[in-house]
Amino acid sequence: MSQEIKQNNIAFVIGASSVGTLIEWYDFYIFGMLATIISKQFFPADAGTAALLSTLAIFAAGFIVRPFGALVFGRLGDLIGRKHTFLLTLILMGGSTFAIGLVPGYATIGWAAPILVLILRLLQGLALGGEYGGAATYVAEHAPAGQRGFWTSWIQTTATLGLFLALGIIILIRTNQGVENFSAEWGGWRYPFWISILLVGVSVLIRMRMSESPMFSKLKSEGKTSSNPLKESFGQKRNFKMVLLALFGAVMGQGVVWYTGQFYAQSFIETVCKIDFIQSRNIMLVAILMATPCFVLFGWLSDKVGRKWIMLLGMLAAVFTYRPIYQQILNISSAQHRIDKIDLTKTVASPVIIKTDSKEATKIYVTQSFDTAYTDGAVFKYTKTDTLNLGATYNALIPIDSLNPGLIVSKSAKPNVVIEKTLGRGDAWSMIWLVFIQIVYVTMVYGPIAAFLVEMFPTKIRYTSMSLPYHIGNGVFGGLVPFLGTLIVEFSKTAQNPNGDSLAGLWYPIGVAAVCFIIGLVYLTNKIDKNVMD
Amino acid sequence: MSLALCLYITIKNNYMNSFKKLLGYLWMLIAPCIILFLVYEAYDKISNAAAALQSNVILQWVIILLIFTPICIGFFIFGNYASKGEYDHLPEASSEMD
Repeated sequence: MSQEIKQNNIAFVIGASSVGTLIEWYDFYIFGMLATIISKQFFPADAGTAALLSTLAIFAAGFIVRPFGALVFGRLGDLIGRKHTFLLTLILMGGSTFAIGLVPGYATIGWAAPILVLILRLLQGLALGGEYGGAATYVAEHAPAGQRGFWTSWIQTTATLGLFLALGIIILIRTNQGVENFSAEWGGWRYPFWISILLVGVSVLIRMRMSESPMFSKLKSEGKTSSNPLKESFGQKRNFKMVLLALFGAVMGQGVVWYTGQFYAQSFIETVCKIDFIQSRNIMLVAILMATPCFVLFGWLSDKVGRKWIMLLGMLAAVFTYRPIYQQILNISSAQHRIDKIDLTKTVASPVIIKTDSKEATKIYVTQSFDTAYTDGAVFKYTKTDTLNLGATYNALIPIDSLNPGLIVSKSAKPNVVIEKTLGRGDAWSMIWLVFIQIVYVTMVYGPIAAFLVEMFPTKIRYTSMSLPYHIGNGVFGGLVPFLGTLIVEFSKTAQNPNGDSLAGLWYPIGVAAVCFIIGLVYLTNKIDKNVMD
Repeated sequence: MSLALCLYITIKNNYMNSFKKLLGYLWMLIAPCIILFLVYEAYDKISNAAAALQSNVILQWVIILLIFTPICIGFFIFGNYASKGEYDHLPEASSEMD
């Protein structure tokens, strides 16, 4: 009976902690996933790449500020307790996310828009920095000895399930609304931000029913809590050296493997391979869904065989297989590899569409699409738009073929070409498996990490000590994977190779994971700390 | 048999500890090299950037340097600890950390 109550209690603890953490991840991800639309809405319209980079910078800022959140809320968690601290982070996160959805676009309020978004994004990062360490610590301090890896692995699934939820909601709204309505200033892209307030409300109610961690309560009643957790964690060599070991020997590698598998993969499939918006997200959704149980599997396994080798194996596999995996992803989506599969009976060119600029009546946009169909069911759509400046107002009754060439004052030097590829069923599944493999690596490095970190530090400074390396490893090393990956590809562009090396961005996660593997191999022990009560 | 095993473990541990210390010097060497490499790359990319993009490139590199410099300092300290044998034995209980 007592055992059953204990099991029910731990199940409630896991459920309540996980739902909140899942929502925080959801809040954090929707911004990254809608980065392209956000850059258009909150930045000047004529600075495409600059706007995207600015948004990515904000994205990075969101991650960079996470370590500060870890310090602020970690300290609070070790001083006043786990429960109230991660309740606070949840409210802060939900409020900021909701507010992002309310900020008018650049077209309406000018530079105030990106500034407000930046501030709210920083608040999101701060809140997330405080959330994870609290949830992982809270669950670990409730978990029975010998099952810590298993129980904390449920918390680990929330990061991936949060991504799943965010992807699912975005796809659902976009499919229902259509691209134009979704991308408008007050369009459907704002709904995921507004939905957050409902999710957070429910989660706050659940979390308010939770009690304080038994270990922290015991320490508090004995008057043994730390009076200055920051000083104890980072000002004393005996703790600080463990913080550094956790960061360089485990978390930095885990961070880059995680972000490569879940974020770089999606960005690569969409922006480099040019796979259609919905299909690229469906590929991610299915792969995530199939791989998520592995978090619990590897968490459970780490209780049996130790945390170290599972995490290191995940890193090693990533180091050696990332480039072949991404090369294969590139091959699948390449038009050159499928010339012999072109289905001429279904390959069509759409009629020319002419649109007049909403502000300048003499400026017109001439758009034509070419759909290349393949025998395996794939369709590659090329849409070319020329911008023409006319000497007089355009008469919509005159077809473009009959337009007097003398009327054209100037034509855009480089037409805007949009490529959207929809893969056939077989190739889509091949891509799903390639992403799935990467997410299995994620589950290997990420599944056992919470238990590993919890066991590394004593109760009185656990929240602070484990939060900082976790958020530097994930926030800085991991969070910057898409940003630095894009930057490295930019740097690989030369006069001889103007497109650069599409796979060059992978050298960053490969390098970091390799160094982390060596450090982990040499310096970490595989021992499981049975007693985290101390 | 057990004596041989003990001897093997002692020798292995001694070798391993020496290796850990040796690698510590390597980390201490790598840390400033990374900073220098980043500074060189920043200078190179900023000076080669097109005028229209220069402010953006400067911003990117300032962010990168601001983030990675303290991490490299941390990496240097980690190497320093390793070279002094701080990681020869990891604490197995919190009492060892008090």
